[in-house]
Amino acid sequence: MAALILTLFLPLLGAGIILFMNKTQRKGIQYTALGFALATFVVSLFLLFGFDPANADFQYYIHTTWIASLDIGFRIGIDGMSLLLVLLTTFITPITILSSFQAIKDRDKLYYMMLLLLEFGMIGVFVALDTILFYVFWEIILIPMYFIIGIWGGPRRIYAAIKFFLYTFIGSLLMLVAIIWIGIWGGGDAGFTADYLTLREIAPTVPLAIQQWLFLAFALSFAIKVPLFPFHTWLPDAHVEAPTPGSVILAGILLKLGTYGLIRYNLELFPQASIFFAPLLSTLAVIGIIYGALVAMVQSDVKKLVAYSSVSHLGFIVLGIFSMTTEGLQGAVIQMINHGLSTGMLFLCVGILYERRHTRELAEYGGIVTVMPKFAVLLGFAVFASAGLPGLNGFVGEFLTMLGAYQSPILGTWTYVAFAALGVILAAAYLLRMYNGVIFGPNLNPKNHALPDLTKLELWQLVPVTIFLVWIGIYPSTFLQLSETNMRLVSSKIEAAHRQMSQEHRVSSTSQMPLSPASLSFLLPQEIKNMHRQQQRELTEDGNGAAQQQMSDEEWMQE
Amino acid sequence: MSRDTALWGALPIYFISAWAVVSLLVDAFSKNSRVSFHFAWIGLLLTAMAAVGSFPYEGAAFSGMIATGHYAAFFDVLFAIGGLLTVLAAHPYLERLQFELDEFYSLTLFAIAGMMLIAHANNLLVLFIGIEVMSISFYILAGYFRNKTLSVEAGIKYFLLGAFMSGFLMYGIALVYGATASLHYGAILHATTTGSLSFPTLLIIGATFLVIALSFKAALFPFHFWAPDVYQGAPTVVTGLMSTAGKAAAFAAFLPLAFVFLPQLQIKLQLLLAIIAALSMLYGNIVAITQQNIKRMLAYSSIAHAGYILIGIVAASPDGFAAVTFYAAVYLFMQLGAFVLASVLEQQYGRHLEIQDYKGLYQRHPLLAGLMAVFMFSLTGVPPLAGFFGKYYLFVAAIESGFVWLAILGVVASVISAYFYLGLVVAMFFHPASESSESPMPTGTAGITLAISTVMTFLFGFFPSLLLHVTQQLF
Repeated sequence: MAALILTLFLPLLGAGIILFMNKTQRKGIQYTALGFALATFVVSLFLLFGFDPANADFQYYIHTTWIASLDIGFRIGIDGMSLLLVLLTTFITPITILSSFQAIKDRDKLYYMMLLLLEFGMIGVFVALDTILFYVFWEIILIPMYFIIGIWGGPRRIYAAIKFFLYTFIGSLLMLVAIIWIGIWGGGDAGFTADYLTLREIAPTVPLAIQQWLFLAFALSFAIKVPLFPFHTWLPDAHVEAPTPGSVILAGILLKLGTYGLIRYNLELFPQASIFFAPLLSTLAVIGIIYGALVAMVQSDVKKLVAYSSVSHLGFIVLGIFSMTTEGLQGAVIQMINHGLSTGMLFLCVGILYERRHTRELAEYGGIVTVMPKFAVLLGFAVFASAGLPGLNGFVGEFLTMLGAYQSPILGTWTYVAFAALGVILAAAYLLRMYNGVIFGPNLNPKNHALPDLTKLELWQLVPVTIFLVWIGIYPSTFLQLSETNMRLVSSKIEAAHRQMSQEHRVSSTSQMPLSPASLSFLLPQEIKNMHRQQQRELTEDGNGAAQQQMSDEEWMQE
Repeated sequence: MSRDTALWGALPIYFISAWAVVSLLVDAFSKNSRVSFHFAWIGLLLTAMAAVGSFPYEGAAFSGMIATGHYAAFFDVLFAIGGLLTVLAAHPYLERLQFELDEFYSLTLFAIAGMMLIAHANNLLVLFIGIEVMSISFYILAGYFRNKTLSVEAGIKYFLLGAFMSGFLMYGIALVYGATASLHYGAILHATTTGSLSFPTLLIIGATFLVIALSFKAALFPFHFWAPDVYQGAPTVVTGLMSTAGKAAAFAAFLPLAFVFLPQLQIKLQLLLAIIAALSMLYGNIVAITQQNIKRMLAYSSIAHAGYILIGIVAASPDGFAAVTFYAAVYLFMQLGAFVLASVLEQQYGRHLEIQDYKGLYQRHPLLAGLMAVFMFSLTGVPPLAGFFGKYYLFVAAIESGFVWLAILGVVASVISAYFYLGLVVAMFFHPASESSESPMPTGTAGITLAISTVMTFLFGFFPSLLLHVTQQLF
């Protein structure tokens, strides 16, 4: 219990302490921030000891009332997937703080406060088990990231910051409407509920026609965050303009919020709608894989190249999620971690080059291996991990997602995998082109003749990440076993829903047209609660089990 | 009991009216604006305390003309605090602009007294008197800088249009009387629910006229035309009061009327109000994007905020009405905070009010820039600030009543508003300072206003149930 609370609130405490420090004490502020980030990491490791991977329930569950009349509570807890992502967050943050020592040269106080606030928000999203609490954390993240891009970013930082904010804001507000809708539905006669565990039981009973709209409202928000093609256009701008630590956080953790949300909310709350939309989202994912790779191939700016590679890699994760098999979901989870580590590391490397030369043009570099051999080796790890070379982490994730998509009864075709595999080949092509262009060849540019190799500070950033790249590559079970029980549960629920849906389809061919105009009727003035009651009644008439019968009887009595 | 109710329940009204009249005498004899200032804020503080004390005295006074108890007391507290914050901010502002006359404080007291009478009204004529007392005080306050063309223009414009709208209000009252043979809220409700109407059509027309007149006071689209010019020309602290407490007063009148008319006219009125709300939200926010002057920007956005509040009335449920009062309260703190902050930076009348004057404010005054950012994010509706929960409750009420489309439009409007609210944040934080102008720190009492506003914006964001508990008891 205490470990989870501490993990969540230590960054906030750190931000609060920095607020009261003197802004001329630059070193003091830097080391306070680093100290709190490291302490958070250490505390989060303690979560592992009390965690039982065989238990599918949320663990370390804490519930405190926040707004009693609307059943909104401070509910937090973790399962295997959130544990992995929390660990990723607490691991990446101290590394970004180390890289900020070099990259951030003014207004340190505000910067480190924002960074710790960001960490607080991200951990909060991963542990929240209350829809409104989740939404609050989701929005808290926007503000520090907006400032980090806008104040410490590149020349077009203002444009990028506003675009980032507005894109995310529109998605999240539509999600808010869906959260309210589902909360009123789930609250029944009590009024409203934001309890995730209750909603997870009740939401799948929403009629498919409405589930589809709710699914879309959630999915839009998450798809923008991921970003899924065609909602990706904010990403290259934000990445290119953000300072190096900002990019690392953005790629390493922020994008995972979207994929996490897709599993936690879309798949678990709306299984039937997820099955319905799986082909659409998988298609978008595959388009993203290929499109991101193709665009990355022609970039002359190294940072842009890495940014577009993110679009491509996130496509694999989404494909894995919507294969909705245990393998695919497990692949998606491990690929979230992988992408956080390897792309984060690529951005760190780009930042290291940028610090030395103040350019990110590929053409400016070449033959760096002769002056920076250590850098060449470590960049090599990141590149090969990102390209999915067996033995490093990227391979495990990509293999599992594609295996899942291939086996998936819901997708039911190998076409997605065929195109995704094309993405793997393209990834090797653009990443090796980048690596080749920077590291090998003759060192012709006179400005590159005397570049210093990695400093101790930079080694401290890159080496820990490298250890995990190899670890996950060689022995992924350490990480996979944490989330396996949960992902198995998710996929079995989806399977059950799928079986039921296909049965119903066989029985009645008059099933409702998906997304028909008639399904929009829920927008019109009429009582949601009546619809809920009617639904309950229908379920009873179908004779769906005695428990259901009893529950509805009580409802009747009350009426 | 009933004598207690008449005494303690209506005490805030007695008190503020008497205090305002005495304040005029104080002005006449003391000739020292500092005395008037102290007299005013002490009076408002006492009024607020009396209003808190009047909470339990549910009932009526003055042979049913005035209602007392929770609802009126809640708004009394709100208006008194709004007046208090304004007076505290006005003192250094007027001093700096060298235009501190004693009447300012008396007029503010009268305006607050008018608002409180609106909240207490249990009879259409009392409502009319309250609205007139408030409006006439505002006409004069808007034109307070009598040697500045813009301010005088604001006063005249507000007065002419306002007088015209008073005509609408009176006509509406007359028609409702014609239909129901009563001016008393309870009797009108009785007449509408039992269906014993002599002329049902008159009721519809009368109610529509009342809606129009109150929409004008709340600056709802399409009755908003006065708002930008008046808000820009009026002294900045007055604008703050007008756009927050003044607006809340209009809604304090709206809510009981909604109770009275909705049973009979539910479908027609609900749809009419829903359309007004939707158009206000979209129009206010879209036009605010192009504004360069911060007062005009906040003016247009206040049209949109009135639209948000109206959602709660459209929902026509206890939750919706509670959301209206909740939003009126949090909106008072964040919007008033923003206006007071603008007034702190306003060196001379009308100067340093352009958005570009805010460039680089963070480097010059990190604290002020930070507070402004808090108000802007809260107005946008970013959690965990108070503005978010205000909107959240409104949307919940709308969806519960089946107005999902209105909630979605509200969401879209919020996104649009993010663009210009953030524009100010961009100017303050992301741009280097355009000129090294020396702007002052909040002198003295305006700092108290800013501190209270900020604390409330955070407090009701982190612990919204503190306020929600109160607002849910009102209905």
